[in-house]
This record gives sequence, structure tokens and C-alpha cells, in this order.
Amino acid sequence: MKHNPPDLAGIRARHPHLMRPDPTSRLVTIGVVAVMVALAGFALMRLEFSFARLGSGMVQLVTFLGLMVPPSPGAYALLFLHALAETVAIAFLGTLLAALFAFPLGFLAARGVLGGAVLRFITRRFSDTIRGVDTLIWALIWINVVGLGPFAGVLAIMTSDIGSFTKLFSEAIEAVDHKPAEGILSAGGTKLHVLRFGIIPPVLPVLLSQVLYYFESNTRSATIIGIVGAGGIGLHLAEMIRTYEWDRVAFIILMVLVTVALIDFASTRLRLAVAGTRAP
Amino acid sequence: MAIPSHLPQIQVASLLALYDGDVRARRRTLWLALGVLAFCILVAGQVSEIDLPKFLTNFHSFPNYILRIFFLESGAVVFSDVAEWFWGLKKWLLHIGDTLLIAYLGTLIGALGAFYLSFSAAANLAKSPTRRFIARRILEFCRTVPELVFALIFVVAFGLGPVPGVLAIAIHTFGALGKLFAEVVENIDMKPVEGILAGGATRWQAIRFAVVPQVLSNFASYGLLRFEINVRGASVMGFVGAGGIGQELIEAVRKFYYSDISAILLLIIGTVILIDLGTEHIRRRLLSAETGR
Repeated sequence: MKHNPPDLAGIRARHPHLMRPDPTSRLVTIGVVAVMVALAGFALMRLEFSFARLGSGMVQLVTFLGLMVPPSPGAYALLFLHALAETVAIAFLGTLLAALFAFPLGFLAARGVLGGAVLRFITRRFSDTIRGVDTLIWALIWINVVGLGPFAGVLAIMTSDIGSFTKLFSEAIEAVDHKPAEGILSAGGTKLHVLRFGIIPPVLPVLLSQVLYYFESNTRSATIIGIVGAGGIGLHLAEMIRTYEWDRVAFIILMVLVTVALIDFASTRLRLAVAGTRAP
Repeated sequence: MAIPSHLPQIQVASLLALYDGDVRARRRTLWLALGVLAFCILVAGQVSEIDLPKFLTNFHSFPNYILRIFFLESGAVVFSDVAEWFWGLKKWLLHIGDTLLIAYLGTLIGALGAFYLSFSAAANLAKSPTRRFIARRILEFCRTVPELVFALIFVVAFGLGPVPGVLAIAIHTFGALGKLFAEVVENIDMKPVEGILAGGATRWQAIRFAVVPQVLSNFASYGLLRFEINVRGASVMGFVGAGGIGQELIEAVRKFYYSDISAILLLIIGTVILIDLGTEHIRRRLLSAETGR
């Protein structure tokens, strides 16, 4: 069998735009990459990166890693377990309260359901502003109101999630199929009937699944709000790091990882159950 | 209950009975779920020491606090003397700039690492299941541990300043983007890859010419989204001494410099909203460039 070499010259002539890259797009690519590299170089200088610092830090880090094995709670196993339970409780209550408050706000922020454009605009800006502030900052503010402790953490998680939930809920409500609502209206139903029978049944599983997803991610947030004094395991974690008790640090991190994995597993199962039985 | 219908009464009755049974079963499940929920709320309320009476008696201090941060030391409302309100604008803007640089550098380093590892973590390109398993576990670890925890540890190892902040954000970004990138890679069209491999290319040549062109715009879009999240994250890095505007904010809160709190918060919120709008604009253009091709 004769082997035919590909007719490269012919292919080049027939498909010039494929074989020769477009010079302008190549220039744009080079420009973007150059700007990104230059900015990174500037950032490295401005933020005082140096090989000496990175090197000595790495050596320290390796030492710490060595001291982390084997992880052990020392004499604090019960204390850590209680703090972990507190963390999960903070995440749970914070998520739940946020969902309760965001439920009506989500309807207000959704186009074409309730209220007018003004109300919608106000609700949306409100939720944007809340979301611009990190959970940790909310925790700092709430500590001034209710004092140090897990309750401030619950309120912090609640506040920052009201913003996110309002946005997510309104998007879910806007995405709902309008035909049932039209059907209810044409059969003589009021706006309230539309809400109850045309909108809530299809969106509820979606909202529930978003809430469950946030519960898992809030468990992670709840582990750090203790750093500023808003309850949970974070306080102990920060303390153990600052006092160089590396085996305890490792133990706490492992505990958090296992808890998050368990909640992830449970919430995935629940989400499947919720979406599975109600899906059309 | 009699329902007007063209069906014979007997048939309607049996259908109604079925419907009633179905509704009753669903109600039972609902009540059971609500009961479990109520129990969980009670336990959680106990554990997190919720004290409603104390909350209600103290609640007035929340609006008071929010109001208080909008008044200067002199007692005048902040809007009456903007120059006094933003007295530290130059210093704060520098810190905001540092915060953005921390977020940028952290996102860039994390994204480069995620780019490299995502091909090993994707089911369709991984060299072996073992490598894929290890890659996935590494990514999972990096994104499950909160970045502030990394920051706390790095502050001890690398010293105070923005360096630990950048590294903490980079590690978290690496984990989060690595997962998303791997999912993008798993959804590509495999025909170009098979073609180029059949033509005798190496694995990295196949990735360069058959995979990267398909995934680059999605990668960039996810990277920008992550940058947006990281700006928020970098704004609190200063709470643990890892650089940026957070240091100024936590000092203002702890020392009760009320008007400074509102000024810094407004600067942070403004920056976050501007970055959100900017990245959204670029992402939309990336997506339209993708569909227009």
C-alpha cells in the first residue's frame, strides 16, 4: 500500500485562516498576558515577597507539619467536641433564620411577582449591600450588640446569608414556568392564589436545595467566626495556633473536615430526596 | 364531596379516595419533617446559648450602633463634614489597593496550580485512577479548610503582613478552581483529543492543542468569579494580621472609632460592587466571544 504524505501546501492555501493565526488576536493575547505578568510582578514587590522570607517560612511550615503528627486533643477532647457542636448549631440556626427572612424578600426582589419596580430596586440594593460585607465583619458588629458568644455568630451568618438568599431566591422565582400562574388567573384566581398554587409549589424544592447547600458551606464559615469571638471551634483553633500546640491544631482541623464531610453527605441525600419526590 | 363530572359517581369516588390518601400521606410526611426540624432548632438553640429575653432587651443597640457609626466624634452627622469623615482616605485607599493586589496574586497563583492539576483530576484525561483520586483529595482538602485558618497558620510561619494572606488565598483558590476546572475538562468534546493523539502527539501537546482551546474561556470566567470572591476574602485577612484593609477595620471596631467604621465599610462595599460589575462585564464578553465563534 502506498503511503500518501498529506498535501500541506494545499491545505495551507485552502484554509489560510486556520493555518496562520490572526495577528491581531495574537497581539491581544500577548498584551493581556504581559499586563497580567507585570501586575503580578508589581504585586510581588509591593507586598514584600522575598525568597528569604518564603524560604524561612517554608522551613517553619515543615517543622509545624512534623509537630502535627500525631493529631491529639490533649486534655481538651470534650471542650473541642462541645465547641464543634456549637459551630454546627450556629451554622444551622443562621442558615434557617436567613432563609425565613429571605423568603418574602426573594418575592419582592423577583420581577413580575409582587410589588413594583421601586420596591424591587430597594430590595436588590439592600441585598447587594449586605452581600458586600463579609460574614466576619457582621460578626464583629453583632458582638457589639449581643456580646461575645455563639449568638453573635448565629446573627452574623443570618445577616450575610439574607443577602445571598434574597438574590438566589429571586432568581429561582423568576425562572419559574408562568403557565400555571396564567391558568390560575384565567380561572378567576387572585394574586395570592397564584402565589400559593402557581409559584410556591415549583420553587420550594429549589429553595430548599439551595438552603441545604448553604448549610454545608456555612459550617465552614462558622468555624472561623470564632476567631473574632463569635462562638464555635474557631476560638480554640486560633488559640491553639497562637500557642504553637500543633497536634491539637491538626486534631481540630481533622474534626472540622470530618464534620463538613458528614454534613455534605447528609445534605446531598436530603437534596436528592427533596428534588426527587417533587420534580415533575 | 360531590364533584360535577362526566364520570360515573363510583369512579369519581374511588379517584377522590386515592387523592385524599395521597394528600394525607404527604401531610403526614410534612408534619414529621416539621417535628424533626423543631427538635433540631430546640437543640441548636440550647447549644448556641440563644437568650431571647437578653436579645430583645439589647436589640435596640443594633440600630443604635448602625446609627452611631454615621456620626462623627463631634456629634455631627458624617455627611455634614465629608473631609473629616474620610480623613484617612489616602491611607485607606492604599490598603484597599493592597487588598486588591492580595486577591489578584492569590487568584493568579491558585489558578495556575489549578490549571496544572485539573487535567489529572478530570476523569477523561487522568493518567490513572490512583492519580485522579490523589489529585481530587488534595483539591478537596485545600478548599474545605477555610482560608482564614491557613492564614492563621501562615502568619505564624511567614510573619505578619500580606505574604501569608496571598498564600492562604492561593491555596483555597487552588482547591476551589481545581474542582471547577476539572469539571469543565470533563465536559469537553473528546474527538479533537483522540484525533491529535492518533496523530502521534504527546499528552501535553494534546492538552495544548485539543483541550485548552475548548476550555480557556470557561477557565477565565471561573477565574474572574473567584477573583470577585477573593476580594471579599482579602478584605478580612487583616483580622488575623495577614494584610489589607481588614487591619484598619478591626482596629476601628475595637477602638470604637465609629465614623471610621462606616467610612472603611463604605470603601469596601464600593470596591466589591465595582469589581463585581467589572468582572461581570468581562465575563459576559468572554461568553459572547465564545458563542460568536
